[in-house]
Amino acid sequence: MRRVVRFWLGDEPRDVAGAAPTTTLLDWLRGVEGRTGTKEGCNEGDCGACTVLLTRLRDGRVVHEPVCACIRLLATVDGCRVATVEDLAAADGTLHPVQRAMVEQHASQCGFCTPGIVTSLWALRLDHPEPPDEAEIEARLAGNLCRCTGYGPIVRAARAMYALEPAPAVDPLLAAAELWHTRLAERDTAEPLLLDGPDGTRLVAPVRLEELSDLLAARPDALLLAGGTDVGLRITKDLDRPPLIVWLGRVAELHRLEETAEGLRIGAAVTWREAASALRRLAPGLGELVDRFAGEQIRATATVVGNLANASPVGDGAPAFLALDARLELRRGDRRRELPLAEFFRAYRRTALEPGEFVEAVFLPRPSAGTRLLFEKVSKRREQDIATVSAGIALAIEDGRVRHVRLAFGGMAAIPARARAAEAALEGAAWDEAALERAVAALDRDFEPISDHRGSAAYRRTVAANLLWRAWLESRGVPVRLHAAEPALG
Amino acid sequence: MAEPIERIRGDLHAAIAHDSAEAHVTGRALYVDDLVEPKGCLHLALGLSERARARIVALELDTVRAAPGVVLVLTGRDPGASADISPVHAGDEPVLPTDEVVYCGQPIFVVAAETREQARRAARLARVVYEDLPAVLGIEEARTAGRGFVCEPLRLERGAVDPALATAPRRLAGRMRIGGQEHFYLEGQVALAVPGVEGEMLVWSSTQHPTETQLLVARALDLPMAAVTVRCRRLGGGFGGKETQANLFAVLAALVARRTGRPAKLRPDRDEDMIVTGKRHDFLVDYEVGFGPDGRIHAVRATLAARCGFSADLSGPVTDRALFHADNAYHYPAVRLVSEPWRTNTCSNTAFRGFGGPQGVLVAERIVEEVAFATGLDPLEVRRRNLYREGDLTPYHQPIEDVPLEAILDELERRAAYRERRRAIAAFNAESPVLKKGIALTPVKFGISFTATWYNQAGALLHVYRDGSVLLAHGGVEMGQGLFVKVAQVVAHELALDLERIRLGTTDTGKVPNTSATAASSGSDLNGMAAQAAARTLKERLAAFAAERWSVPAEQLAWLPGRLRVGNQEIAWEELVAEAYRARVQLWASGFYRTPEIHWDRKAGRGRPFYYFACGAACAEVTVDTLTGAHRIDRVDVLHDCGRSLNPAVDLGQIEGGLVQGIGWLTSEELVWDEEGRLRTHGPSTYKIPTAGDRPRVANIALFEGAPNRKPTIHRSRAVGEPPLMLATAVLHAISDAVASLAGHRICPKLDPPATPEAVLAAVERVRARAAGDPPGTGAA
Repeated sequence: MRRVVRFWLGDEPRDVAGAAPTTTLLDWLRGVEGRTGTKEGCNEGDCGACTVLLTRLRDGRVVHEPVCACIRLLATVDGCRVATVEDLAAADGTLHPVQRAMVEQHASQCGFCTPGIVTSLWALRLDHPEPPDEAEIEARLAGNLCRCTGYGPIVRAARAMYALEPAPAVDPLLAAAELWHTRLAERDTAEPLLLDGPDGTRLVAPVRLEELSDLLAARPDALLLAGGTDVGLRITKDLDRPPLIVWLGRVAELHRLEETAEGLRIGAAVTWREAASALRRLAPGLGELVDRFAGEQIRATATVVGNLANASPVGDGAPAFLALDARLELRRGDRRRELPLAEFFRAYRRTALEPGEFVEAVFLPRPSAGTRLLFEKVSKRREQDIATVSAGIALAIEDGRVRHVRLAFGGMAAIPARARAAEAALEGAAWDEAALERAVAALDRDFEPISDHRGSAAYRRTVAANLLWRAWLESRGVPVRLHAAEPALG
Repeated sequence: MAEPIERIRGDLHAAIAHDSAEAHVTGRALYVDDLVEPKGCLHLALGLSERARARIVALELDTVRAAPGVVLVLTGRDPGASADISPVHAGDEPVLPTDEVVYCGQPIFVVAAETREQARRAARLARVVYEDLPAVLGIEEARTAGRGFVCEPLRLERGAVDPALATAPRRLAGRMRIGGQEHFYLEGQVALAVPGVEGEMLVWSSTQHPTETQLLVARALDLPMAAVTVRCRRLGGGFGGKETQANLFAVLAALVARRTGRPAKLRPDRDEDMIVTGKRHDFLVDYEVGFGPDGRIHAVRATLAARCGFSADLSGPVTDRALFHADNAYHYPAVRLVSEPWRTNTCSNTAFRGFGGPQGVLVAERIVEEVAFATGLDPLEVRRRNLYREGDLTPYHQPIEDVPLEAILDELERRAAYRERRRAIAAFNAESPVLKKGIALTPVKFGISFTATWYNQAGALLHVYRDGSVLLAHGGVEMGQGLFVKVAQVVAHELALDLERIRLGTTDTGKVPNTSATAASSGSDLNGMAAQAAARTLKERLAAFAAERWSVPAEQLAWLPGRLRVGNQEIAWEELVAEAYRARVQLWASGFYRTPEIHWDRKAGRGRPFYYFACGAACAEVTVDTLTGAHRIDRVDVLHDCGRSLNPAVDLGQIEGGLVQGIGWLTSEELVWDEEGRLRTHGPSTYKIPTAGDRPRVANIALFEGAPNRKPTIHRSRAVGEPPLMLATAVLHAISDAVASLAGHRICPKLDPPATPEAVLAAVERVRARAAGDPPGTGAA
């Protein structure tokens, strides 16, 4: 058992012992290291002021990811390199092109969000040697709030940085990829991590899957930590101090992402960012899911399985995956079982998981030819918001009849759920307005939505029905999508 | 003396970067929470009321006191802790309450502990026994309950409004709700109090109003103001949210520092910040308009009721300014406007960029829209027919001067190709059953000056040190708006020194006393003039010295960049300063400014509250999804008048940023309180300010050129902080226009902001239902 967290901070190795397992990366950076460039804006991973760049090895490759330091537990940067805004300029003080572009485009006003924005743009540049399109720039800024500039100058800076030397391909960090490969590989040990905090909390990070499952079976009270974007909030907002946290992030098997002819298997440690391309390949309709899921920092941290296992009624993944007839692979000790996702959600935030059992992976069957999958998300804000209503719709129309249909909704009940009555109204029926009207009427029987700060019950009902109408209209060739239409007239 | 011919670096009217831009992008810019904590610094956490209104029967804090690390717990019963911190001295805002809580989230005690985590943890251990009292949460409830106002209402009246309404050819009445807005400054509230020698107290505060923070700390500590210093180098955003709301945190930190003799820092978590502090006022407006078939307005009568929260705070001046702007850009031949500043059991609403003005502007634009849909005229045509002309009187009897609204509308209409696009949009909508487009072009006219006339003063202090370096201090606070760089440009210009040679000092009540809040868009106007006065005094002293020292007549002196020409020789700045020092010339100077001409008689509702007006206009095109109510902003064109801009880069930044902040207010930002008075939207996960993808797909933003301020403002510029927020009105009206297209633009959608998808979909259904019931053309009159 290793009792120190080992990582790199900038160009210096760090061995941290004795810190409470619930210490966040942000508190450690600001409080212990005095790196005050990284800011706390919300302490819930929603504003991006705390964005730092993590460099780590994934499948033997060096990858760079922007993450929110505020809800990231320090222990979970084990084996990584953490770079903050202070690491960006050259040793002689020469500004990095990202920084110069931000200055030249007048992209900072109060400056408080700026370190996070600079770091996000740095990550963008590392991912894209060539200037990306506007949509990609916006997607990569969706996790960074700015209240002063209106974002225009920041987006202009994102474009302008590509015209500044050094050329992107030789970003100092990319140029040093080999060095980082060596350094990170050296820090990587096969030893499980065990941290005991002065506040009585303990974190264990096994390396082998069996160790993990045995530990969880033996200690069903343990809090299982994956990406931590939910658990982090419990720690920063509720001041929760779980006696035992078991982090699954060091178990190699759980990082596996397998694409086969049958479908896509996503291990419990795979993040949304890692799964994004495979999801798009599985069904183009999942592109909307990937694009609308949080911001890049959260996509780089949150796991796909975690989004299901936390059983939120408004998680983005569940409706889409329900429509795909996803199956979960559950494990308790040595025992494995498979469960359709539709049977996993039992009540508000309650699942079919038995004590000591955990979700090892989710399997998404490849949709049959002719089946179209749609993901719909209605929210107050397009980017980085929680759905008021979301829907996964799988439809196969053959010879004017509905051969296969799945209608699954989020935000309509205490759990994400299929609209069985509405499905029944469509299954095998002629694909026409009359069938749609029956399905819409059935939808009212399927769900009793509630009113809350995201929307009223009446709005949820109307919108859920309208999403069915949209699928119909779109199949008739009517333009229905705001973000596919021509922008401005003239 | 001749003006410099060579230019200094960073002169006036140049697009200079923000003075802290490099510090921002490198992470070197320090905010209060970034300062190295003084030895022994305590950390504070608040205990909040869980009831909207209740008597505190018991406040059991023993477990809090006994929690690990806790050093002190203060309640309203401790000395100084129930001092009134009302900025208008209304006596309705104790630092901490003693007997009764008046809103859910009101701080009732503060814990000081060795670490922030210990303090936060301890604060949750309190047990409070409440006895509920009847609470009033909303405006209508307050009316029904007869709860009373937080201050005297204002009434503005001109002309015989009742007869004019009675005799107008057409007349309609309506009601409008306007949502509030959370500031969401990225840097939350924070204060660090450090006890000093001889009982002095130093407070680093993220405040827009250091002098008021100083005054209130002094009162709570029973110290003279002279013994309290408040400092602030920069704010991570303010927007009005730190004009008065910072005081609570500063006073609590100072109280703990005083009691313990240790430094004390209070930085609430984001949720607490949002729950505790006031926001933009939400309004309920009832309006009546009389008009002709030609769309000309004959008379307007309106009541603007606001939810002010538990205390007066700045609600008086905010609701006043709402009335001052309920005409926006339009002449009402007869008018009566009345404010109703209701007291409610919610957080105390406060200043927010525009200060009531934006809500007033929305009322005017709703009235225009109603008239347009009732008459079948294009709303832009109605706007033009009612536009103010030079010499017209406002509802507060100030004559309209130097308001180039017509020229701005002409140019923007052309630039935005409004008419062509309106036709193209009609064609698009005819072919598109689900997606509907809309367009709107709306003006903004905003009065510049604090309506509290005495606030319109400023001071500056300019030090020249023996080595020639220059330190500039003034009373203004830098919160991202570019005030410091603008004022530095003014001084650099006067002293003929490159901009980087002017060091910008921390705003400090020990350097410049009795300053006004940095607010009301007035920062550059006031502090720029004061700094200019100080620089001129210094310059005159140096010139007089040089004339004597080198025996040349004054007319043979000329300031050149970095040097003074004295007859045929040139004296470098450093040499001049060194010589002047040895000759015992005073090398520091102060400057003072007060805005001329303004006066305001609130009782009579008459006067000249504004020195001048700042104007602009925006044209927005949007697409609305009529299945979900979501929208996309396709294009916005803006033309805004900054007079002779001191710094076009800074001004354009204010315009673009203000526009998007206004768009957030009017579209996605929705505050929700539940029936118990708890705020349900208290973090960025539930309260949605715009992201990069929400900004307009195309934004053409330009300064209206060639219109220097007619008033002798600082280098003929115009204030820019607040007015651009109201450019966002065009977006709300474009969405409304898209919805109205469903019924041939003859039914007013009455789309109340925020235009969330839910609100838009409701408007869509309303318009469709009315169109189905009433044949088009008969519905709106």
